[in-house]
Amino acid sequence: MTAPAPAAIPTSEAKDVILDIRDVTLRFGGVTSLAGVTLTHNRGEILSVIGPNGAGKTSLFNCITGVYQPQEGSITLHGTGGDAELVGRKPSAVTRLGVARTFQNIRLFNALSAIENVKIGVEARQRTGPIGAMLRLPRTRREERESDARAFELLEFVGLRQRANELAASLPYGDQRRLEIARALATAPQLLLLDEPAAGTNPSEKLELAELIQTIQRDTGTTILLIEHDMKLVMSVAQSVVVLNFGKVIASGAPHQVQNDPAVIEAYLGTAATSQGGPDAEH
Amino acid sequence: MSAASAPVAVRRPGLLASPHLKRLLTCLMVGVVLALLTGKSGSNQHPASGITGTFKSANAYVWIAAGAVLWAAITGWQWRGVAVAETYRGLSARPRAVWAMRPVRYPSYAVLLLAAIIVPNWLNGFWQEVLVGQIAPYVLLAIGLNVVVGFAGLLDLGYIAFYAVGAYSAAYWTNQLPAHPPFTVNVFWAFPLAVVAAMLAGVILGAPTLRLRGDYLAIVTLGFGEIIQLVAANSKSVTNGSEGVAPNSVPNFSFHALGIHYTWPLEVLPGGHMPWYYLILGIIVVVVILFHLLENSRVGRAWVAIREDEVAAEACGINPLKYKVMAFAIGASTSGLAGVFFASKTGVFDPSSFPFQQSVVVLVLVIFGGMGSLPGAIIGAAVLQYLPQLLRSHIQQPDLYAYYGVILIAMMIFRPQGVWPSRRRAREIAQAEAGVGGADALGAPGAAP
Repeated sequence: MTAPAPAAIPTSEAKDVILDIRDVTLRFGGVTSLAGVTLTHNRGEILSVIGPNGAGKTSLFNCITGVYQPQEGSITLHGTGGDAELVGRKPSAVTRLGVARTFQNIRLFNALSAIENVKIGVEARQRTGPIGAMLRLPRTRREERESDARAFELLEFVGLRQRANELAASLPYGDQRRLEIARALATAPQLLLLDEPAAGTNPSEKLELAELIQTIQRDTGTTILLIEHDMKLVMSVAQSVVVLNFGKVIASGAPHQVQNDPAVIEAYLGTAATSQGGPDAEH
Repeated sequence: MSAASAPVAVRRPGLLASPHLKRLLTCLMVGVVLALLTGKSGSNQHPASGITGTFKSANAYVWIAAGAVLWAAITGWQWRGVAVAETYRGLSARPRAVWAMRPVRYPSYAVLLLAAIIVPNWLNGFWQEVLVGQIAPYVLLAIGLNVVVGFAGLLDLGYIAFYAVGAYSAAYWTNQLPAHPPFTVNVFWAFPLAVVAAMLAGVILGAPTLRLRGDYLAIVTLGFGEIIQLVAANSKSVTNGSEGVAPNSVPNFSFHALGIHYTWPLEVLPGGHMPWYYLILGIIVVVVILFHLLENSRVGRAWVAIREDEVAAEACGINPLKYKVMAFAIGASTSGLAGVFFASKTGVFDPSSFPFQQSVVVLVLVIFGGMGSLPGAIIGAAVLQYLPQLLRSHIQQPDLYAYYGVILIAMMIFRPQGVWPSRRRAREIAQAEAGVGGADALGAPGAAP
């Protein structure tokens, strides 16, 4: 038994990796959507994935959450319950392992109230089955009380407590975004994936959103992976940034480094990386 | 002829495009259809005599005039303006609000149950027979299918197959089939055994097929219904083939315990229907309570989530296949319960007792009543199963399904959510019409991720 090699110390001690994506390749027929994407995400950090439209950002999200199965590569979650390979698992299993997500185009349960939407998220961690539900066993009643309480707590957290009984579809756009985040948080994730949470929101909603994302990081310790086009938002919340283009990682590092990276500027087709705007081509 | 012409020529819509005229024509057509339905029937020799005969009688013109009156009434109603519509909306919202109050609702349930217990005693034998033979089993079937179609949003066109599984299970376990059971049981024990058999059938069918969506699932379930019927008809050594189960072979329910010996009587005896009625009423009440609790639980919400957006449901940790199979199995086992009752009560059936048509009828009951709503399923089954008996003396039996069709078409146009829809379902339909999200598995084949 010899002492561990000194080379291993920096990675294992300084960096606590929660998500390890290695050489992930995803093809649809002849189209390669992701070509050997490798990235690591540190526990407790906010990592932002940026890139022009069609760069493969949402495909990457779908690979992590089990919606798509990449042909090559591995995605490992180093969760509190041990390490787990995410490739090959169903989306529902990935969620139960502790990875929650929101969608680029909001996908709430529109005919349900805000509180019911969040309750469905909370219930991802519960175990009541049809027999228990039909017979109202003690555990069923306890879980029902717990999910009510937790759902109200989360609505309070995102600032929608007053709107608990309104239909999801009738909420203003920005509130729908917040509700979707609350529903994702309800599944008690260790890693939260936000797919363009600021898309379609107005400037004041964007500010509130940035605040919410930071609060989630600070108060719950949840690690956040963020896809976003709005560079102002990315720069204000992200600790590190990964840039995708044509399914490849072309740059990664701290936000200000990436912003001035020539490859990134070129990827955004010459959009000038001005002092604060950066590659903000879409919005 | 020199009308004051507008500076810009506005193209007038065609005459037929006028909404008033359109509605008038529709109303008149309704009158014509009703006239044809109630008028003379054609014969094989003179198929057209039904039409010519109808319009020779004054009756036809009364119907057409009634159509015109209907049009006048609708038009007049509209002319009274928006204020009237507002009042009407207020009125229709009020019963809902009153109904939502617990002090109103629970005593109402008690009164309804009491009425269900007492009132049938006053009916004559014919209507008691209708209640026990035609209405009550179909209420149970509709409640079961409601779990599949209404709660989980899966279109099942082979539902009656599980009814057959239940009936044949009862015959098997009471040793009335060529295949002999390991031991013979009282028919009451056939209930749990048939529930298990139907549930297994549901899981076996569901696990591979529920990966399909919408229309594809409907076709596969349709095929499954046919398979069950054909297997029953052709495996003579097991099911006695097309000869089926001999009359009165499956014993009547009997109870022998705690010193009580009671056998459910033959129906031909005076008052012979009521014990059967109370038995199935008891089953229905228990099933309704269980399903009500199920609907408002984690499982019920998971079904709603899958129905509304399968991708989002998966992201919430719900395994759609698991919950769909669950819904299928629960629906199937309810159907199995009804099958045992049917087998013991009629004591005679064969594979042709379970045609595809019956599956459609049960589906119609659920849609008519209002998908996803327990009171809806009960009302739908009660009304649509009662109607044919009521009309029996007024219309010819072969015309029956024409009336069914007219009622359904009218229903789908004017009240697509059903008589007593669940609030969630009504919202979903309203939202689908407004373009917010797809209706469910019955409509759009869920959007790709």
